[in-house]
Amino acid sequence: MSFLTPVWASIYPIKQPLPLFSDKVPAGFPSPATDHMDQRLDLAEHVVTHPDATFFLRVKSDSYSMTGAGIFPGDLLVVDRSLEPKSGRVVVASINGELTVKRLHKHGDAITLKAENPAYQDISIKDGQELMICGVVAFVVHAP
Amino acid sequence: MSCAIALVDGNNFYVSCERVFNPALERRPVVVLSNNDGCVVSRSNEAKALGIKMGVPYFEVKHFAKSHGLVWLSSNYALYGDMSARMMSILGAFAPEQEIYSIDECFLDFTGMVVDQVAHGRDIRARVLQYTGIKTCVGIGPSKTMAKLANHIAKKQPQFRGVFAWNALSASEQAAMMGSIEVGEVWGIGRRLNARLATLGIRTVLELKCADPAVMRRRFSVVMERTIAELNGTACLDLEEVASRKEQIMCSRSFGRQVTTLAELKEAVMSYIVRAAARMREQGSACDSVTVFIQTNQFKADDRQYSRSVLVPLSVASDDTRRLGAAAQHGLASIYRPGYRYKKAGVILTGLQPVAAVQDDLFSSYDRTRSTKLMGAIDKINGIYGMHTVSFAGAGIRKPWRMLTNQMSPRYTTSWNELAVVA
Repeated sequence: MSFLTPVWASIYPIKQPLPLFSDKVPAGFPSPATDHMDQRLDLAEHVVTHPDATFFLRVKSDSYSMTGAGIFPGDLLVVDRSLEPKSGRVVVASINGELTVKRLHKHGDAITLKAENPAYQDISIKDGQELMICGVVAFVVHAP
Repeated sequence: MSCAIALVDGNNFYVSCERVFNPALERRPVVVLSNNDGCVVSRSNEAKALGIKMGVPYFEVKHFAKSHGLVWLSSNYALYGDMSARMMSILGAFAPEQEIYSIDECFLDFTGMVVDQVAHGRDIRARVLQYTGIKTCVGIGPSKTMAKLANHIAKKQPQFRGVFAWNALSASEQAAMMGSIEVGEVWGIGRRLNARLATLGIRTVLELKCADPAVMRRRFSVVMERTIAELNGTACLDLEEVASRKEQIMCSRSFGRQVTTLAELKEAVMSYIVRAAARMREQGSACDSVTVFIQTNQFKADDRQYSRSVLVPLSVASDDTRRLGAAAQHGLASIYRPGYRYKKAGVILTGLQPVAAVQDDLFSSYDRTRSTKLMGAIDKINGIYGMHTVSFAGAGIRKPWRMLTNQMSPRYTTSWNELAVVA
């Protein structure tokens, strides 16, 4: 035990904008890869383009209305609210107080939310009915 | 050149967050209650229309559940905090300077940008609504005080559709507008000042604006003089870019039910220390004293009243939860008295100083390096996996004294198991 304990300022992490080394300096051989190292791939980076506007939703366990689009019960939806809900895009919408995922079809003034499973009905939005689009489904994460 | 400062705030923020993920709440009277499920802290417009005031205890309005379908929810701060962070990030893109004022309000300084103010305000409003689903109001003026007033006008006068900029009115129209608003609506004029101003015959914003600043400075304070200058278009208050380091950190909560045993108080106090210490470490500070206080319910006249606090100085400043916890328990033991029904307890960490500058006790065998590593590891794990992943046994596991949150909505944006579902 030493009587005097020097206080080293460097014990406490100082936030630096750039790392001094991109990885720990190995004790063994100098790796030829060191100067060329990239960051490992991160799925979130690829799938989430607008983090402030991106939300994750889950498909209900009994919801088969969009199987034709590759969306199955229990799947994870990456919903990007910053994308424009264009005709032909799969969107999450609010109908009668419930969130639903369907493909959006706009034909002139007529708006239809189409299911992609023959067993399910399309929802056509009548005049005066309120449709709230909550976002465009950018990606679906499905465990096969 | 006059400044262009906007105040943007979320409408009925907590309720709005809930509605984004639960559209069944739209167009219904909804209130969010404070953590003890005591008082109303957010109301939908439909709830406001029923006459439900801010801050009322829920039991006073629960009859509306049956008569009007009033829905109540516990506060879901994980959700509100995340939605707020998104909103603030989106808003930050609209101006070179931003001051986040509260969980749902932010000032933006876009002085010098060549934009039509109302159009800019509409762009801001539209983007926040699209990206997050939260409706906001935007008020724009040459000073923070004027921006706040503009925001109030945007909110209360529907013809402006949520965006009001003073420069959209002519000088005479501005005067007329100011003449129609009560002086109490001005930022910084609370009930007492309002009453004092009334005795001087100042009842509208216009009358305050036209008051002699020198006279008002003598009668009231330099703050009043500054307010008048701001009402006249001179920006005196800068935007605070970075939150200043706190000089003391407090953590306290009311109990969900009354607590009588020392054991339960110890758990509560330790919980508060855990949280306060984590916050303190986040700002790179250590503290040299810990204050603990306990009190009975002052609103229950029948209960025997007791309220004590004690300050426990540390021999060496510390940021180690274990040391602070030990000091707090020591203090608690000295002020606890059996036979009282405690309603609230809390801790305050004072004497904050930069942790890097702390000098150890000459004879201490305390291993600061190990302490730093341990605290650092705990903070990191909690940062990744959630606030209470690693905690301290002394803080209790079941915590029966904790605040009631039995009607909290799922943490839609911060917990994989609690995502909103779609059909």
